[in-house]
Amino acid sequence: MTGAEILIECLKREGVEVIFGYPGGQVLPIFDKLYDANLRFILTRHEQGAAHAADGYARATGKVGVCLATSGPGATNLTTGIANAYMDSVAMVAITGQVKSFLIGNDAFQEADVTGISRSITKHNYLVKDVKDLARITREAFHIASTGRPGPVLIDIPSDIQLAETEFIWPKEVDIRGYKPTLFGHPGQIKKAAKLIMNAKRPIIYAGGGVITSGACNELKNLVEKLQAPITWTLMGIGDFPATHKLSLGMLGMHGTAFANHAIMGSDLIIAVGARFDDRVTGRLDVFAPDAKVIHIDIDPSSISKNVRVDVPIVGDAKNILGQLVEEIKKSPDISEWLNAVEAWKKKHPLKYKDEGKIKPQYVIEQIDEATKGSAIITTEVGQNQMWAAQWYKYTLPRTFISSGGLGTMGFGFPAAMGAKVGCPDKTVIDIAGDGSIQMNIQELGTCIANKINVKVAILNNGYLGMVRQWQELFYKRRYSQVAITSPDFVKLAESYGALGIKVTKKEEVRPAIEKALKIDNTVFIDFHVEPEENVFPMVPAGEAINRIIGGLA
Amino acid sequence: MRHTISVLVENKFGVLARISGLFSARGYNIASLAVSETLDPTISCMTIVVEVQDEKILEQIKKQLNKLIDVITTIDFTKKEHVERELILVKVNYSVKDKAKLENIFDKYVGKIIQAKGNTAIIEAVGDQQQIKQLLEKLNEFGIKELIRTGRIAMAY
Repeated sequence: MTGAEILIECLKREGVEVIFGYPGGQVLPIFDKLYDANLRFILTRHEQGAAHAADGYARATGKVGVCLATSGPGATNLTTGIANAYMDSVAMVAITGQVKSFLIGNDAFQEADVTGISRSITKHNYLVKDVKDLARITREAFHIASTGRPGPVLIDIPSDIQLAETEFIWPKEVDIRGYKPTLFGHPGQIKKAAKLIMNAKRPIIYAGGGVITSGACNELKNLVEKLQAPITWTLMGIGDFPATHKLSLGMLGMHGTAFANHAIMGSDLIIAVGARFDDRVTGRLDVFAPDAKVIHIDIDPSSISKNVRVDVPIVGDAKNILGQLVEEIKKSPDISEWLNAVEAWKKKHPLKYKDEGKIKPQYVIEQIDEATKGSAIITTEVGQNQMWAAQWYKYTLPRTFISSGGLGTMGFGFPAAMGAKVGCPDKTVIDIAGDGSIQMNIQELGTCIANKINVKVAILNNGYLGMVRQWQELFYKRRYSQVAITSPDFVKLAESYGALGIKVTKKEEVRPAIEKALKIDNTVFIDFHVEPEENVFPMVPAGEAINRIIGGLA
Repeated sequence: MRHTISVLVENKFGVLARISGLFSARGYNIASLAVSETLDPTISCMTIVVEVQDEKILEQIKKQLNKLIDVITTIDFTKKEHVERELILVKVNYSVKDKAKLENIFDKYVGKIIQAKGNTAIIEAVGDQQQIKQLLEKLNEFGIKELIRTGRIAMAY
């Protein structure tokens, strides 16, 4: 078999259903074999779109997302998407063509040192120098990408290797001596954690994206219900636990609910599961949750005690550990006083906005939530749209909120929605976008139409790069520097591609527009002209204690 | 404080870049680095000396090293009984009358004159951190023209 044939055979054996990508000079042998490979290929309009689509596909399905691009610019265009997947621990395999082996390092046409460029944004990467290694490398890549703390793995394949022939040998097993993720928690540590929990007076559960990755939502729910303790989650943890549950406090952190922030600050025990105490969550570290002991469950040892000092670290898979932990908790602590305090915070500082004047973006999201009964897959761009989508949609299921958490990549939401829709064709997929972000990967409209991938895009159009404007308003004396942004006529733009565009300028048009978009079997852009200077509240200024909340409504 | 860490890694291209990249991306300077094949030719040993003030940072470095797929194991010598050695080459000012005086030094330190030509001698010496430091102070009296160090290697009992 040739290298290209081996690659495709490996992809099939790994269960790959779809590849997102773009052809080019140094991947011609692969594309030639794809021609009759019977593998679904989605030709995006930009390689960045391919990487984000593979990412969205992976997050929505729990499978490994695959993207493919040529050498040089093809590969460098993937890098933002790869970095994005790396920051959010998304299982992805990125395949790039490379110039012929003997030309590497010669500044050949469309050459870039892609393994060098991607080293710090991949979990691992490979430059294939011998076709005999290709099957093993591909097998290892999928294994590394999808196990432990998942992440993107890049395989760079010179075009002469794609053409070189060798016998195809499928490795039965993967054995990498330097890579053996810990899956089961140390029983002694779990006992210690159970003891802390049984003696806690003011416990809180703080859950992150690791719960979804591990498939541990049921185990998490068992823990919450056994303890009857309040639970808060990170942006990546949205969907860990139903937002509609009485013990849920919603998201914490910079734009989290005030009551979640007050609760974690006042707690005496934090049970952290698959979360990494990001700076957007902890705020000022030295005053974060001063009375709290910390139990930290994470599969990545380097996440533990990185930011916050941990009393009981438990390294392993959340599903296994939570299951064992619940069994070790013989009696639930009496925390009724604590629950009363939390309830009081909830009453005193509810999440709210002033619904007056122009269309409020929060209102749009509430209406989307109602119209879809909280069961759509929501993707977001980055900025205000993302925070409102996190705050105002009531997520009840894992893998229904897909957002660029760690890297904060504008332009992620639309191609990610596309990937999610390819992976979950029966689900309604909606990208909640801003007028700035949507213009960063708007070319993927072509991909949606050509492949009949029907996604809905709700543009919260305020004429500004809203989050930056908000910071300039609050912290830079309203000196609006390069934040006003013009947009095309989104209705005409959608129509020119063959999609439907709807413009909404009045509050009473919001719900009918959403209903119409949901009914139509096509990609729809809804251009909501919203209040231009609406702010995301509550808000904790960067570097402040997480209970120093600003915003009149908080 | 300076810490010595040995990292056993896959003996493959690109691994050194992964290790050094991990340090450089976080702005930690590597004080010395010695790399070579081990008894098992598929494994290389990298002995890294790193200056960090904070134990927490050292812990993070070790965890990050272990996280690399190509890293098989790491050994932190900070709290381990071990020996450390370094080899140096020193070029010093030399005249024939200095010979006895120089050789006298090597009664106390492991080293010798490898080559003496005209007004220059090249000396090789081996020792731990302290010995090398003291030896260099002594050689300074002759005037050091050039110094090359291999970086530390270490072995636990």
